Amino acid sequence: MNAWGYVTLGYVLVFVVLFAYSVHVLVKGRTLSKQVPPENRRWM
Amino acid sequence: MIESEATVPAHTGSRTTRLLGLATLAGIAIVLVLALVVTGPDAVQGDAARLIYLHVPVAVSMNVGFGLCTLGSAMWLWKKSRWWDTVAVSAAEVGLVFTGLTLVTGMVWGRPTWGVYWTWDARLTTFSLLFLLYLGYLVVRHLPADIEVRNRRSAFVALLAFVDVPIVYLSVSWWRGLHQEATLSLSSTISGLMLFTLVLGITVSLMGFLWLLVHRFRVAWLEDEVEMAGLDLAIDERRAEAAVMEVSAP
Repeated sequence: MNAWGYVTLGYVLVFVVLFAYSVHVLVKGRTLSKQVPPENRRWM
Repeated sequence: MIESEATVPAHTGSRTTRLLGLATLAGIAIVLVLALVVTGPDAVQGDAARLIYLHVPVAVSMNVGFGLCTLGSAMWLWKKSRWWDTVAVSAAEVGLVFTGLTLVTGMVWGRPTWGVYWTWDARLTTFSLLFLLYLGYLVVRHLPADIEVRNRRSAFVALLAFVDVPIVYLSVSWWRGLHQEATLSLSSTISGLMLFTLVLGITVSLMGFLWLLVHRFRVAWLEDEVEMAGLDLAIDERRAEAAVMEVSAP
């Protein structure tokens, strides 16, 4: 693999991991929000 | 007036996080163009140096995360404030994700530069220890205990884990190994468009980190709300059981 192959691998890995983690956090937030009364989940 | 369910959306987003998220996405697009198209290859490392525009920004964000975790833990020990404890745990988790990314981008950069993905160099060894320490923090955090005990335990682990952060930073000066000296320092030679791309990359990475941190903070807050509601329910049930037993006693 040449240098560009490693560059591509690095960038793809980072954005895939960040996207997956972001989705995980957002989905967890939605699930938990439904279990908590509105007055305890008012965000600024 | 009490806000209805309809006016309080069931998610962790807000106007601020949406604006921050959009700004981060725009910033990522600009950094990608600068890092992969506009800047030229490095005179020594060639095109592999383009990974530095990714590796250094995630490493800086990781350090901010662990700094916040330490601050949050110290503040919890001092003030016993739930807000600070939630900052600590959220920053530790998001910081750990960024640590993993720093580790992976470092390995991918090391292969074309050093010829190996991994070597037991001082920077890499102290860095992998850092990853394990914060992983340990999250494990301690999930051990069964009441909230006060859990917070105290994890605060002490966070203070202990942070000792490794300056050791990681100084390891390249203390023990001469394969890893190069800090990319951004008073003695570094990076300049011009390369420096601009790197600084912009760090800014965008910090924006993304902050976006994730705010969402993770809200998730941690909701987790505690659900746990406390469960405890209240259990206490009410026990009281009801005790009341029934009192009534039925001869």
